[in-house]
Amino acid sequence: MSYSITDPSPRQKWFAGTLVILYALITLMPLVWILMTGFKTPPDSISYPPKVIFQPSLEGYVNLFTTRTRVSPDDLAALPPPANFAEEIVRNRDMVIVGPSKFGERFMNSVIIGFGSTFLSIFLGTLAAYAFSRYKIPLKDDLLFFILSTRMMPPIAVAIPIFLMYRTLGLSDTHLGMILLYTAVNISLAVWLLKGFIDEIPREYEEAALIDGYTRFQAFYKVVLPQAATGIASTAIFCLIFAWNEYAFAVLLTSGTAQTAPPFIPTIIGVGGLDWPAVAAGATIFLLPVMVFTILLRKHLLRGITFGAVRK
Amino acid sequence: MSESPITRMAEATPQPLARKVRGLSDRAIAWIFVAPTIFLLLAVNIFPLIWTINLSFTNFKANRPNREVEYIGLRNYERILTDSDIWLSMQATAHFLFWTIFFQVLIGFTLAWLINKKFKGNDLWTTIIVLPMMLSPAVVGNFWTFLYQPQIGLFNYVVAFFTGADPSSFEMLGSVQLAPWAIVIVDTWMWTPFVMLICLAGLRSIPDYIYEAAEIDRASKWRQFWTITVPMVMPFLMLAVLFRGIENFKMFDLVVQLTGGGPGSTTELASINLKREAFEKWRTGYSSAFAIILFVTVFGLASIYVKALNKVKDR
Repeated sequence: MSYSITDPSPRQKWFAGTLVILYALITLMPLVWILMTGFKTPPDSISYPPKVIFQPSLEGYVNLFTTRTRVSPDDLAALPPPANFAEEIVRNRDMVIVGPSKFGERFMNSVIIGFGSTFLSIFLGTLAAYAFSRYKIPLKDDLLFFILSTRMMPPIAVAIPIFLMYRTLGLSDTHLGMILLYTAVNISLAVWLLKGFIDEIPREYEEAALIDGYTRFQAFYKVVLPQAATGIASTAIFCLIFAWNEYAFAVLLTSGTAQTAPPFIPTIIGVGGLDWPAVAAGATIFLLPVMVFTILLRKHLLRGITFGAVRK
Repeated sequence: MSESPITRMAEATPQPLARKVRGLSDRAIAWIFVAPTIFLLLAVNIFPLIWTINLSFTNFKANRPNREVEYIGLRNYERILTDSDIWLSMQATAHFLFWTIFFQVLIGFTLAWLINKKFKGNDLWTTIIVLPMMLSPAVVGNFWTFLYQPQIGLFNYVVAFFTGADPSSFEMLGSVQLAPWAIVIVDTWMWTPFVMLICLAGLRSIPDYIYEAAEIDRASKWRQFWTITVPMVMPFLMLAVLFRGIENFKMFDLVVQLTGGGPGSTTELASINLKREAFEKWRTGYSSAFAIILFVTVFGLASIYVKALNKVKDR
């Protein structure tokens, strides 16, 4: 191994590393706190000083998934013994489980709308990106700029007419409506990212395929698509994360059947505002997949974030 | 975006080959591929925008669709520009924009510079720092209200621990003085990694030989930093500022969960004010005009900024 004169000295590296790790640990604290609060009992979660060491409990998770009602001690004593651990936790608080909560449904809505809109934006985005990459299209630069500029609009600015439009078309509070909306928001990013990836695939591959008697279309999906797979996958993750996290449209356009998790989770807190463990449990279930994804796929993701800056 | 010669050369299927290709023509495929995207954007972005412009000249109220709609010319715009509430929300937005960008650039650049010292395990730590920006701002913002609770909140406890103050003596979200800073802190926590990543890309794009040459010329490290590192990262940094500026001008989810615009209207940013006018007071015409003013402002500022950016890049 050769040393360059510009290489930082071991001491500099050690110093830089310490500072960065310190910042990382501070930045991680709120996230660790979410995770921990999910496993606390409600009294533990609001104790002073804040408890770092505590008896773990699943009460938050039980409260997250159930709706409960308070019963009098006499009625409670008359009940048969609890059938499972969830019943037992709830009865310790003088309550009984009366049914499931809406969290499962809202979480599924997030999954359906997230994956649906990601699939659609990747499908349409790949086609458009291929055409922009390979063909002469009149006003190409203007169209590409137009596609990008749609991202500058504040969501609330278009929310008013979309709200009216959806009300007329019967799309408000439907999965289809939200999927179309998120696709429209995501597609500009998808086209730009994917065009970059497809630009990097040499045209000679397709031309060889054409000479072998493939149609243009066959050349596209048998030669170009497999080559662009990595790029498509990392673009898909960006689209999915956006749709997963989106709040403004979700809170304005959905209220029931198609409501996603972000507008729902803050409402878990309930009467009195004391059930932070349940909120934290919901947040953990909702945020953890994204964190795991980010860490596992860091190479592709980090490249994607800086993509726009690096190419220009 | 510069076009590479290869792109230009191979713009379409070479002529002799094109004649032999079976199936749809290039032109047909190009249009079939592009049309759905353009159509979707027209339907969900451009059409609503035109509709908003149209609504902004009326006194329409969305909660009373049967009332007769009157065109009232520029009166909505007049009222907005003289409305003191709107100016207060613009002030709140300006405060939020300025300080979030200030802190994010400062911390983001420093972190990128440290990470670029290439210490062992730097990519894993980079990823951990990036985590907050990948998460849902609404869900995270909601949880921060818990961290900010006086007495029981972790944030207050930590601050009290280091300063010796009483943790229940200050309310980050409830006080008129502190709330504007509370939202700046959370936004900085969340989005500094974005500025950091872009700066890091900039630092990594500087070829080593420039530093080697400077080293041979015996330029001091301090001088190298100001004459090589800073100017070469500047275009990247400005781009990061542009993205953060646009995003924070539109800021809604995080702050609405943190403070809902309060206390009073101290943290009522433009988007939150707009939401209140449009979906709580149902002044649809009025808020459409406000939406257009916001959009024109973002677009105008962004275009001026991009011009400045291009000048820096050309240098």
